[in-house]
Amino acid sequence: MPDTSHKMVEHWRKTRNLTIYVLVLWAIFAFVVHMFAKNLNEASFLGFPLGYYFAVQGSLVIFVLLIFGQNMLQDKIDEEAGISEG
Amino acid sequence: MANSSREDFIKNLPRIYGLYTGGFVLFILVMAVLEQLGVGAATIGILFVAFTVVIYAVIGWLSRTMQVDAYYVAGREVPPVFNGMATAADWMSGASFVALAGGIYFGGHGYLAFVVGWTGGYVLVNSLLAPYLRKFGCYTVPDFIGTRYGGNLARFIATVILVVASFTYVTAQINASGTIASRALLIPFEFGVWFGLLGILLCSMLGGMRAVTWTQVAQYIVLIIAYLVPVIWMSNVQGFGIIPHFSYGDAVNRIAELEAAWGVGAAAGGDAPFGGVRILTTHHNEPGTGLASWKFISLALCMMAGTASLPHILMRYFTTPSVRAARKSVSWSLLFIFLLYFTAPALATLTKLQVLDPELASGIIGKSIEEVMALDWIQNWAAVKFLAISDFNGDGILQVNEFFMRPDIVVLATPEIANLPYVISGLVAAGGMAAAMSTADGLLLAIANALSHDLYYKIIDPKADTRTRLIVARILLIVIGALAAFVASFRLTGILGAVAWAFDFAASGLFFPLVLGVWWKRANRAGAIAGMVLGFAAGSFYLYLVRFAGMDPWLGIDHLRFAIIGMPVSLVAMVVVSLATEEPDEETQQMVDAIRDPSGKAILSREH
Repeated sequence: MPDTSHKMVEHWRKTRNLTIYVLVLWAIFAFVVHMFAKNLNEASFLGFPLGYYFAVQGSLVIFVLLIFGQNMLQDKIDEEAGISEG
Repeated sequence: MANSSREDFIKNLPRIYGLYTGGFVLFILVMAVLEQLGVGAATIGILFVAFTVVIYAVIGWLSRTMQVDAYYVAGREVPPVFNGMATAADWMSGASFVALAGGIYFGGHGYLAFVVGWTGGYVLVNSLLAPYLRKFGCYTVPDFIGTRYGGNLARFIATVILVVASFTYVTAQINASGTIASRALLIPFEFGVWFGLLGILLCSMLGGMRAVTWTQVAQYIVLIIAYLVPVIWMSNVQGFGIIPHFSYGDAVNRIAELEAAWGVGAAAGGDAPFGGVRILTTHHNEPGTGLASWKFISLALCMMAGTASLPHILMRYFTTPSVRAARKSVSWSLLFIFLLYFTAPALATLTKLQVLDPELASGIIGKSIEEVMALDWIQNWAAVKFLAISDFNGDGILQVNEFFMRPDIVVLATPEIANLPYVISGLVAAGGMAAAMSTADGLLLAIANALSHDLYYKIIDPKADTRTRLIVARILLIVIGALAAFVASFRLTGILGAVAWAFDFAASGLFFPLVLGVWWKRANRAGAIAGMVLGFAAGSFYLYLVRFAGMDPWLGIDHLRFAIIGMPVSLVAMVVVSLATEEPDEETQQMVDAIRDPSGKAILSREH
C-alpha cells in the first residue's frame, strides 16, 4: 500500500532528524566545551571552575538527559506513525 | 506452566531484588556488630568476599537453562530498569571501580577525557545502534554483520575482531578479580586468579546470558553501595558536606592554591624505592590549549566510539522484550553508570585535599616525616608496598615530591584515611570483586557466544542440534576462561593500557561497519569487509609502531588513542569499496527498511 510506505518514509525522516539534533548536542558537550575548558574555567558555577565542572558533571548530566529526552520524542514519533508497540 | 512461572518471576523482580538489597544491608550491619565484638579485620574481609561470591553462584545455578534463546539472549524478557543495572555492572570493570578515582588523582584534567568518553558513548549506542540491533533480533554482534552483509567471510572477520578486543579486556578483569580475591582471602595471587575464574564460570556456565543477567543485577547493587557509602561517609566525617558531589567546588579551588604553595610539578627527588608507585606531578585542574585539548577530545572520541562497538555491551540490548524497551534500557544504563562516574572525581578531589591540606587533621604534606610515619594507614599501606616515603632532601619534612603512592590506593584506602571502621574496607573489597566479576562474565560470554554461534554453528556445522550447540558454547566458555586466567597469572603490567586498547580495537574494526549497516543502505559486503579489515589492520599496525617499535606518535596520537588512525581508514575504505562495487540486492535493502521500523517481527527468528 502506498499509504503505509509514505508513512514509513515520513517516520524515518523524523527519526533521522531527531538523531541529527541529538548528535549535534552530543558533539557540543562531548568535544566543544572541553576544547575551551581553559577559558570556561574563568567563570564559576556552584563554586566550581566552569570548564572543570563540565568534565566532572555537566557533560555527564547532559548526556543522561539527552538520552531520556530523545527516547521520549522517539516514542512520540513512533506513536504518530502508528508503529509504537514493537 | 513454565511460561506462567516465568511471568511471575518477571513481575516479582522488584520484590526479589528489594529483599536481596535489604539482606545485603543486614549482612553489612551484622559484620559491623561482629567487628565491635572483636572479630578481626581479616575474617571480615573473607566473609564479605566469600558471602557475595556464593550468592552470585547460587543465582547462576538457579538460572540454568537448556533453551537456545535463554542461553544467548536471556529469553528476551529482561525489563528495562533491570537491564540498565545489568549493563552498568557489565560496563563498570574492576578498573573503573578501583583505578578510575586514582587516575583522576594523578592525571588531572586530561584524565577526565575517560569520564566524558565512557558516558558520552551511550548517546551513540542509543541513537545509532541499540534499537536497530534489537529489532534485527540477532544473538551476537557478528550475527548482525553476517546477516546484514551476507556471507561467512564478513561474519568470520567480525568474530575475529570481537575476540581480539574482548580478550584484551577480559585478561585485565580476571587479573583484578585475582588481586582482590588474593588480598581479601589471604591466598597467593596465582590461586586468587583461579578462584576468581571459578566464581565467574559458576555465574555464567549453566545459564549463559540469563544467568549473567540476573547475577549482574545483584553485582550492580553491591558495587554501587560499596562505592557510594565510603565516599559519603568520609565526606560527613571530614566535614565536606552531606552529599559531597555538589559541594566540592571549593576543594578544587583550594587544591589549586595548595599546589602552588607545595610546588606540585617538581620531579621526584630520587627514584621510587619499588615499582608501581608515583608522586603527584600533574595539577588537578589545568586544562591546556592546542595539543592538550586535541589529546582530550581524541581520547574521548576513541572511548565513545569503542563503547558503541564493544560486543559485550551491545549484546545486553538484545535481551529486552521490545525495541522501545531496548531504548529505555540504554537510558537506565547511563543513569546507573553516571552514579559511579560522577562520584569518582569527587572522591579523587577530596582525597587529594585530605593529603595536601595542612589545616586538616589528615594532611601529611608539610608535616614532619616522623609524625607521618607514625600514622596507621601509612604504615599499613607501606607494608604492602602501596606507598613509600623518602626524605630525599634530608630536611625531616615531607614534601609533595617525596610521597609515592599507587593510584589504586585512592579507593582502597579511603576508609582508613578517614578513620572509618574496617567493615567499610570489607565492603569496598566486595564491591571491587563484583565489578571485576560482572565485566569478566559479560566479556567471556561475548567471546564464547560468538565462537559457538557464529563460528561453530553458522560456519562449521549448521546442522548441529540445540543440545550440541549449548554444550559447545559451555566448553568454549571454560576454555577461554582458563586461557584468560593463564595469561592473567603472568601479571602483564599496565591494566589501564589494556582496557583502552579494547575500545580502540573495537572502534577501529567494528564501529563503521555496524553504524553504516543501519544508516547507509548502499553499504555492501565488499565495503564492510574492507572497512573491518583495513580499519583494524591500520589501527593495530599504528599501535605496534608507537608502542613496540619506538615510533614518535603523530600529533600526540599515542597508544591509548590508536582508533584515531583506525576509524578514518575504516570509514574511507568502506565507502570507497561499497561505491565501487554493486549495490546490495533488493532483499537486503528491504531488510534495512525493516530494521528502521520499530514494530513488527524481528528480522531473525526467535530461535535461529
